[in-house]
Amino acid sequence: MSDASINSPDFSGRGFDGEAQFGDFFALLKPRVMTLVVFTAAVGLFASPVHVHPFVAFCAILFIAVGGGASGALNMWWDADIDAVMKRTARRPIPSGKVTEQEALGIGLALSGFSVVFLGLASNWFAAGLLAFTIFFYVVVYTMWLKRWTPQNIVIGGAAGAFPPMIGWAVATGGISIESVLMFCLTFMWTPPHFWALALFIRKDYDHAGVPMLTVTHGRRSARNHILVYTLLLAALALATAFTSVGGPIYLAVAIVLNTLFVKGAYDIWRRDEDMSETDNFLTEKKFFKLSLLYLFAHFGAILIEAILTRMGMGGWS
Amino acid sequence: MSLNKQHEIHTRRFSRNLGVGVVLGAFIAIIFGLTIVKVSRGDYEPARPPAATEATQ
Repeated sequence: MSDASINSPDFSGRGFDGEAQFGDFFALLKPRVMTLVVFTAAVGLFASPVHVHPFVAFCAILFIAVGGGASGALNMWWDADIDAVMKRTARRPIPSGKVTEQEALGIGLALSGFSVVFLGLASNWFAAGLLAFTIFFYVVVYTMWLKRWTPQNIVIGGAAGAFPPMIGWAVATGGISIESVLMFCLTFMWTPPHFWALALFIRKDYDHAGVPMLTVTHGRRSARNHILVYTLLLAALALATAFTSVGGPIYLAVAIVLNTLFVKGAYDIWRRDEDMSETDNFLTEKKFFKLSLLYLFAHFGAILIEAILTRMGMGGWS
Repeated sequence: MSLNKQHEIHTRRFSRNLGVGVVLGAFIAIIFGLTIVKVSRGDYEPARPPAATEATQ
């Protein structure tokens, strides 16, 4: 062991003196985030007009998921210090002392290289390049550079989470099109209201960690205003997607219902002040956050249904 | 020292070793499957010269 490692800051708390199990290493890959990556990448792939062999499609989605997991591990490696002081993240493998920072770095780097190379070999190098850019964007641009520097961190970080459907589309077509850009925009515009709603009701976490969340730097009123504006822009975008080749009547129906509820939720958050929120323990903000989870899954689910129906000659507007 | 003696580390690391074993097995299966798919659809066949292509048409 070198002096550097002896003297390096210890964020683990050393509250764990056992052996890290396989599940602890798997937790580094942020499995819950991976489900979103897998789902949106799969929708992007199946919604494309090009047929992909089922086994190649399975492998491509798996490699995209591994790439997403790798960036999660690198994020945990870099953010170990702030994860340790936030209640929401204090039980992650590094702050709980189960996995060392060096192990997380090694796993993150190895899986990043593995996922990009094998996605290239399984599908095409354009999709692999897009995955490499996504990992770079999430780890370097978001985690290392902007997360602790600007209150717009969530907006920029949202871009990294929005790439998987574009990668899925690129696996099938080898390129980019308006449909894949719209699917990217859907997740990109959804991320800020989703996370700002979370920041409204777990505010102490971000305050303690010193992360410049909008709620901390510009005040909670500003965050409420931003949620409403982003939700209105998102609604317009989500409805516009209905009239492209990935949309159709089913998608339009889902989009109308969910965007009405989402805009109503954002309007309710905008109307409230801190006293009202404190009174009912941020009930409206929590409801909006839960709805936002359903919102994204339902939109991409509707795109998937339209794609399946189109293959059967029934989907879309034709 | 007996060769059959189970060291304490074997029990302690069982889950980790089992996980790595399953992942490696899955990796082999994936590479094998991808190879079968790509070879059977002709991804690695050498490009035919134009004359040969015309002759078959």
